[in-house]
Amino acid sequence: MPAKKSAAQDGNAAPLIRMRDVSKFFGAFQALDQVSLDIGMSEKVVICGPSGSGKSTLIRCINRLEQHDAGEIMIDGVTVDDSAAARAVLRNNVGMVFQQFNLFPHLSILDNLTLGPLRARGLAPAAARELAEYYLERVRIPEQMQKFPDQLSGGQQQRVAIARALCMEPRIMLFDEPTSALDPEMIAEVLDVIEELAATGMTMIVVTHEMGFASHVADKMVFMDHGRIVEMAPPKRFFSEPESDRCKTFLQQILRN
Amino acid sequence: MRILKFWPLLTLFALAGCSGNWGWYVVNPTTPAGQRNLMFLLDGLYYTIALSVTAIAISVLLGLLVALPGLARQRPPRVINRVYVELVRAVPILVLILWVYYGLPQVADISISVFWAGVLALAISDSAFQAEIFRAGIQSIDRGQHEAAHSISLSYVDKMRFVILPQAIKRILPALGNQLVYMLKMSSLVSVIGMEELTRRANELVVTEYRPLEIYTVLVMEYLVLILLVSAGVRWLESRMGMSDRR
Ligand SMILES: Nc1ncnc2c1ncn2[C@@H]1O[C@H](COP(=O)(O)OP(=O)(O)OP(=O)(O)O)[C@@H](O)[C@H]1O
Ligand SMILES: [Mg+2]
Repeated sequence: MPAKKSAAQDGNAAPLIRMRDVSKFFGAFQALDQVSLDIGMSEKVVICGPSGSGKSTLIRCINRLEQHDAGEIMIDGVTVDDSAAARAVLRNNVGMVFQQFNLFPHLSILDNLTLGPLRARGLAPAAARELAEYYLERVRIPEQMQKFPDQLSGGQQQRVAIARALCMEPRIMLFDEPTSALDPEMIAEVLDVIEELAATGMTMIVVTHEMGFASHVADKMVFMDHGRIVEMAPPKRFFSEPESDRCKTFLQQILRN
Repeated sequence: MRILKFWPLLTLFALAGCSGNWGWYVVNPTTPAGQRNLMFLLDGLYYTIALSVTAIAISVLLGLLVALPGLARQRPPRVINRVYVELVRAVPILVLILWVYYGLPQVADISISVFWAGVLALAISDSAFQAEIFRAGIQSIDRGQHEAAHSISLSYVDKMRFVILPQAIKRILPALGNQLVYMLKMSSLVSVIGMEELTRRANELVVTEYRPLEIYTVLVMEYLVLILLVSAGVRWLESRMGMSDRR
């Protein structure tokens, strides 16, 4: 796939994703508390933290599934808000994979994959199909195009979901606990696909508690608690010498399991 | 168990057996006069079905249009939805039929046929129920489906058209079937403005033949057969579509 031209590449200074003092409230409850985070081109960020710490909320604000209440999020130099420019930048840059896969159950695998390219990107049917075949192969699910989601295993469904996101040809992929809903024996096949994707230079933000995966894919580990980024470090330092007590405790709990 | 559904008929036949006052000759299919009367009654079937089917088609569209603002995040569209639903539900169908036929032409300065006045009144009345059915059906679709559609940048219209509505409509199909049955029954009210459907035909024949018991018994049977057939059809459709979300 040809690399898209980007302001981040040209300027070489501005990060691809830039979050500044982002806050988010659900009613009176503050889910994000002045979060600032820069993510460069091709960078891999793994986010972990206890349940309810705001990990999902953070990545959902990036693609506007949630609207932040304060601060600023910029992608490729464009402010993320309700404007047409923001919609265009999200469409051209950001894909997402969900914990529960969220495939469209009434559509075949092929139709799941081509819907976005056909309707949102305006591709011709032949081109959309070609794209779908290409990415299905990449996630190692050829020959299943005519099946429906409920005919596939959980691991296969999640790989189809990854292919569906890739069919939009994004530069940034958001993963929200992509293996948490999977049976243990299917986790590896999904993580392998994500790792392969990481090797292609995709910019990725992954919320996961798979620390083995995190340690060799992440460029940057982020630990969140109570809506704040408590710790941010390269994986080596993050795992060997976490600074905060909360992060230490959390890692001990995770690694014990 | 199934035979229980026919108890009104069985009762009537039992009554017919013990009473000497029945005059089935008016609808006796072996005599020319009885045949003519039967044909006269059955002729109303066309308008009963045409009215109901046209009205349900319009009320489904209207119901969907009314349901969508009811699902909005903002308050004003939701208020519009509530006001429409509550207002329409508060008006008796018979009253709505009379108002549309006699009142609307004066208000809007148009002429409206008996058929279209009936269709319009039935459709408006039913649309409030359709709107509630659609709203419940759409709300029953998992939030993840909306989010997935958003994540591949579908517009609102595309999301509804390709992702949400196909799944929602499948779930509400039984309810839509029930509304069709309900509509077939309510269409009898359009007889008051002179629509020549089943009920009107029966009334007219009663006036000329003075045999209300026999003629209305036939009318009951006509509705019974029609509605049992439609119910069976809806159930068949449901079972054919299966329980899965697959197409
Ligand atoms: N739509 C919502 N309405 C109200 N509160 C919400 C909503 N979404 C999230 N929250 C709350 O915001 C907080 C952060 O939620 P979030 O889903 O971001 O946590 P998380 O770190 O992803 O947790 P988990 O590991 O359980 O997925 C939680 O306390 C949650 O209850
Ligand atoms: Mg979460």
